[in-house]
Amino acid sequence: MAPVLEVSGLTTVFHTRTGLVRAVQDVSFSVEAGETLAIVGESGCGKTMTALSLMRLVPIPPGEITAGTVKVAGTDLLALDEASMRKMRGSQIAMIFQEPMTALNPLFTVGRQIAEMVSLHENVSRRAANNRAVEMLQQVRIPAPERRAKEYPHQLSGGMRQRAMIAMALACKPKVLIADEPTTALDVTIQAQVLDLIDDLRKELGTAVVLITHDLGVVAETADRMIVMYAGRKVEEGLTKDLFADPCHPYLQGLLASVPRLGASGSERLREIPGVVPSLSDLPKGCAFAARCPSAIGKCLEAIPPLEQKRPGHSAACWVT
Amino acid sequence: MSETLYYARRYPLGVAGAIILIVFVLTALLANVVAPFDPLSTNARASLAPPSGVYLIGADMMGRDMLSRMIHGARISLAVALGATCIGSGLGAMLGLASGYLGGWFDLIVQRLAEVMQSLPLLVMALVITASLGPSLPNTIIAIAIPLIPNVARVIRANVLSLRELNYVEAARAVGMSQTRIALMHVLPNTLAPLIVLATAQLGSTILTEASLSFLGLGVPEPYPSWGRMLSESAAEYIRSAPWLVIFPGLAISLVVFGANLFGDALRDILDPRQGD
Repeated sequence: MAPVLEVSGLTTVFHTRTGLVRAVQDVSFSVEAGETLAIVGESGCGKTMTALSLMRLVPIPPGEITAGTVKVAGTDLLALDEASMRKMRGSQIAMIFQEPMTALNPLFTVGRQIAEMVSLHENVSRRAANNRAVEMLQQVRIPAPERRAKEYPHQLSGGMRQRAMIAMALACKPKVLIADEPTTALDVTIQAQVLDLIDDLRKELGTAVVLITHDLGVVAETADRMIVMYAGRKVEEGLTKDLFADPCHPYLQGLLASVPRLGASGSERLREIPGVVPSLSDLPKGCAFAARCPSAIGKCLEAIPPLEQKRPGHSAACWVT
Repeated sequence: MSETLYYARRYPLGVAGAIILIVFVLTALLANVVAPFDPLSTNARASLAPPSGVYLIGADMMGRDMLSRMIHGARISLAVALGATCIGSGLGAMLGLASGYLGGWFDLIVQRLAEVMQSLPLLVMALVITASLGPSLPNTIIAIAIPLIPNVARVIRANVLSLRELNYVEAARAVGMSQTRIALMHVLPNTLAPLIVLATAQLGSTILTEASLSFLGLGVPEPYPSWGRMLSESAAEYIRSAPWLVIFPGLAISLVVFGANLFGDALRDILDPRQGD
């Protein structure tokens, strides 16, 4: 099957007073219809900037997408003019955000906001758009959707609002859904429900899902494949189960070791990765992770390791492993 | 209907304000019907007549019935208040929205111009404008409206600056809305609450500014009755000998300004759906 989202060589920089900030560097990946790809990494590693670059929502200036292609069903989004890009957003590629509490306009009913989005992209009557809004609310398992459609965002709980956001994002059946930490702001019990919902809708609608998260538990549960980002670069990629079973990059090894495990003896100390992510405006010459890496060698400080296949279907960017 | 009753019960002061404003507007609209005399016809024998059965709130120096003049004066006050507030708030809101949402050099220029305008006292600016346009009702409205623009523009801009950063603006972009649509459909309605408060506060000050302009001979020209001129002319000469000439126009102005403020406060609360339940 041909991938529905193909990203290659994506590079996004920010021109700031303190210099050039390389937020995303040469990132490539692809997602097939009905597949979930997770993008994993700690704060400031370029996950969200990658997502915003895909949507072309990076603030320009100071941001700039300097290289790469983002193809959705064959169309390169980065080559489109702004008006055509607007038509793609929502209808071909949609995004849900981290913070559902403020992602809806407080002055309009939930139903109206979904309907507005539908009539923006499709030539349908007002009534049909309203009906679609109610249908979508039903599809995201909101009870009493007719009543909820007439309510304002403040009358909905956080989980309910995130469902409404998902309903809005999927109302025009986009081919790609980008979920930027969709559950970070929610209660743990609601998190599982929302993740299940995204997973169910992916199966029902055949949407390709790009799930951005720092929660490895979420990744293990929902993603088919994953990529690991560090300091704006992709450092490891492969099937989720392979990466969890046999991580190649010391960064992912460190991440996995720092997750608490059930059944571990109480005296065992949780491991951490020492140090912090380097500043994206002042990256070292060699591997960005070298300063924190337990197995770094001289070469790591000299040159950036290329991404190469380490096992079948599993690649990583490391000189050592 | 039941909703109106519900709000009426929750905001009794708002209802009081609304009643004052309704009476004011009806008086202005039906001035020809309710006024007992022609507001322009003089009667030498009734000069400075105190309140009586014929002249309910007295007559002025020219023997014109005060009540009739006040009733007709409501028209001018209404036209000036509504006209100036609508033009001033409307232009100010659009300018503030564009300034806050677009930012950049446009914002810079608009804000510097607004500062220049604000550094001049409102009355001085209105004076310059009427003096160059000539005294007439439309010119008075324009002269009062223009100085209002920078105040409104700055308040709306400040509001837009904070609204622009909110997630729903980004979310709206993420579903493919154009910048113009987001600004007009999603940002502007959210600035409505401060705009209404500001507009109702200005409703009163426009009436007062018109009074000052009329007093200086640059407002609505004689012989048309304006509350402001009735008040300021009489205050100088007749406050002791014929206090009704001062008291009643003053009361009328205060009452309408008060009503507008009460109504505006209630409206602001009602229009905010977060306070709806």
